Amino acid sequence: MGREGKNPQTTLSAVWNNPAIRALVVQALVLIGVVLLGIYLVDNTLANMKARGIASGFEFLGRTAGFSIATHLIDYEEANTYGRAFLVGLLNTLLVSVVGIVFATVLGFTIGVARLSNNWLISRLATLYIEIIRNVPLLLQLFFWYFAVLRNLPGPKASIDFYGVVFLNKRGLFTPNPVFGPEIVWSGISLLVAIGFIVCLAYWSRRRRDRRGHSLPVTTISIVILTGVPVMSLWFTDFPIIWELPVLKGFNFRGGTTIIPELVALTLALSLYTASFIAEVVRAGILSVNRGQSEAAYALGLHRTLTLRLVVIPQALRVIIPPLTNQYLNLTKNSSLAAAIAYPDLVLVFAGTTLMQTGQAVEIIAITMSVYLTLSLAIAAGMNLYNRHIALVER
Amino acid sequence: MQRFSIIILAAIVGLMAHVAVAGTLDDVRGKGFIQCGVSQGVPGFSNPDEQGNWSGIDVDVCRAVAAAIWGDASKVKYTPLTAKERFTALQSSEIDVLSRNTTWTLVRDTALGLDFAGVNYYDGQGFMVRKDLGVSSASELGGASVCVNIGTTTELNMADFFRSNSMDYEPVVFEKTDEVVAAYDSGRCDVYTTDRSALAANRVKLADPDAHIILPETISKEPLGPVVRHGDNQWGDIVRWSLYAMLEAEEYGVNSGNVDDLKTNSNNPVIKRLLGVEGDTGESLGLSNDWAYSIIKQVGNYAESYNRNVGPDTPVGLSRGVNALWKDGGIQYPMPVR
Ligand SMILES: N[C@@H](CCC(=O)N[C@@H](CS)C(=O)NCC(=O)O)C(=O)O
Repeated sequence: MGREGKNPQTTLSAVWNNPAIRALVVQALVLIGVVLLGIYLVDNTLANMKARGIASGFEFLGRTAGFSIATHLIDYEEANTYGRAFLVGLLNTLLVSVVGIVFATVLGFTIGVARLSNNWLISRLATLYIEIIRNVPLLLQLFFWYFAVLRNLPGPKASIDFYGVVFLNKRGLFTPNPVFGPEIVWSGISLLVAIGFIVCLAYWSRRRRDRRGHSLPVTTISIVILTGVPVMSLWFTDFPIIWELPVLKGFNFRGGTTIIPELVALTLALSLYTASFIAEVVRAGILSVNRGQSEAAYALGLHRTLTLRLVVIPQALRVIIPPLTNQYLNLTKNSSLAAAIAYPDLVLVFAGTTLMQTGQAVEIIAITMSVYLTLSLAIAAGMNLYNRHIALVER
Repeated sequence: MQRFSIIILAAIVGLMAHVAVAGTLDDVRGKGFIQCGVSQGVPGFSNPDEQGNWSGIDVDVCRAVAAAIWGDASKVKYTPLTAKERFTALQSSEIDVLSRNTTWTLVRDTALGLDFAGVNYYDGQGFMVRKDLGVSSASELGGASVCVNIGTTTELNMADFFRSNSMDYEPVVFEKTDEVVAAYDSGRCDVYTTDRSALAANRVKLADPDAHIILPETISKEPLGPVVRHGDNQWGDIVRWSLYAMLEAEEYGVNSGNVDDLKTNSNNPVIKRLLGVEGDTGESLGLSNDWAYSIIKQVGNYAESYNRNVGPDTPVGLSRGVNALWKDGGIQYPMPVR
């Protein structure tokens, strides 16, 4: 290999024989090949679409959509553009994903811990849940909640009525909607101040514990402050909140906030299903922590909850986070099943109605796929960051 | 299905060298049958029976084309498509003809790279509601929940209608018609809207068909007809004239019962030309000269197809209305076959 390179011939072969350089060259060539192939594909696609008279380009995003969307987090009406409809669909996807992830995590951790419980009944129930839920296809569960359960609620005229304030029927859950007066800023500010105070308190109490060895009841204090301060400020500003109640007018309830049954069914199905997988991930994580760790903690006089919180969970998390990330990604991608039950998510609104009305399948599918890719990468990046934060720091 | 078609479409437009779009007739002759895109089941238009045999006026268009090409109306294979899947299926050459209650619109004719070969049923959009709601006009529908199929003109007409009447509504959008109908039937929506013909056809599927009424308003024009890919004019011509031949046959009193007799005994030059006794219409289309004879013999004329599938004596029960021939006061007007 690389001996004394006298003439250019040997220098060249020396360079070529260097594995690092060779790997670099090969990688560069492959990369160039892939990029060229990509350019060729895009160019050829455009040319062929043109030859077939199929419209292309992204101008359609600025055109009037013309259709309505059942539920939207931002203002939207028919006169808005396809671009805005895209945003509405995206936000609906995010809504169901975020809510689903939160529910699935809470439920999954609870069931995972329950499965390891010493109580025979609790651990068996948890096992039963996991085995049933994770072995039935998600789409079936979705249909179960949507068609079998929520469809059996009464019609609008016979709604289930909770004290004349909240109503439940086939068309959804109708709750009052708070309308805030301008004075509400004071409550907002005081809430922020209270949060700031609690953060400082927690920090200070931790330092104090490290120094003196016993801690303050921070949780209780926080709850008192967090509820007390805003309530006080609301009282001082004479409660600047008016509740807009849902009322039955014509066909449906009007006013208030509507949670459509499609959203409920999708959230239920996604979070119950994913929770069963998360539970197993959590169980595996906890079991991976050596028994000696908790025994040592007990020997030091820590009681069960503290042992779990301070010794077992932090170590288990390192094992839990990577597969948990997978579950979050799955949930987000599975949310595209929404289209099967008329929940207006990105796939239904954009890769569905918009695609049909504009006919620009290639662009729209490309955008939709990039959105899911971006969401997945963002979740993975966030979780990796967290993982690094809690990773074992070797000293 | 949908994803699959889109991937095929992407692959085809992406990988293929630039080729002109042509040669569907050669393709079809080569494989020996026509791949016909139909609905997933709209009684009277395109609907499978228990044995999986398709029938309906849309199906008859495909059978007519097969009869014109091979003299054998049975050389058709069917691909059931949802409204959402249909155009990608045609663009990606998964099917040769789309004959599935599809409305002729400018965007579909231009931006989608498609061509409409004619109109086999003039329709319009209507609303269906439960009788016990006490609604008698579409103008009373403000605030209603409306069940609708995704990817249809229906979806947009409905938005236009509510917007122009300053009424709000809640759209509940499904891909499959069965889901739309089930959602409406179970009370998720107050209103079911689609083409009036399909309202009549799908009403049969409801738990209690008599508990529902179709409101008097027709809010749109829905000229429904067969679709082919843009750019293959010969193929488009064959589909177009197959349809016209059925109408022309009705106009001149030729039907499956008397076609043999008229072929030998008629003195009417129009009929002689239509049945290929005189002239060379077949050659111009790239077919044999008895192409229209085969259509009429095997599929029947337009009136036969209509009465067999959607007419007043069928469960769908649609009177001819505007779909009568021009000389009977309708707007079906075949171009002269000569
Ligand atoms: N004519 C309209 C609507 C066509 C349409 O798809 N209607 C639905 C509602 S009845 C349908 O035919 N569904 C049958 C199916 O999905 O198989 C269009 O071309 O957009």
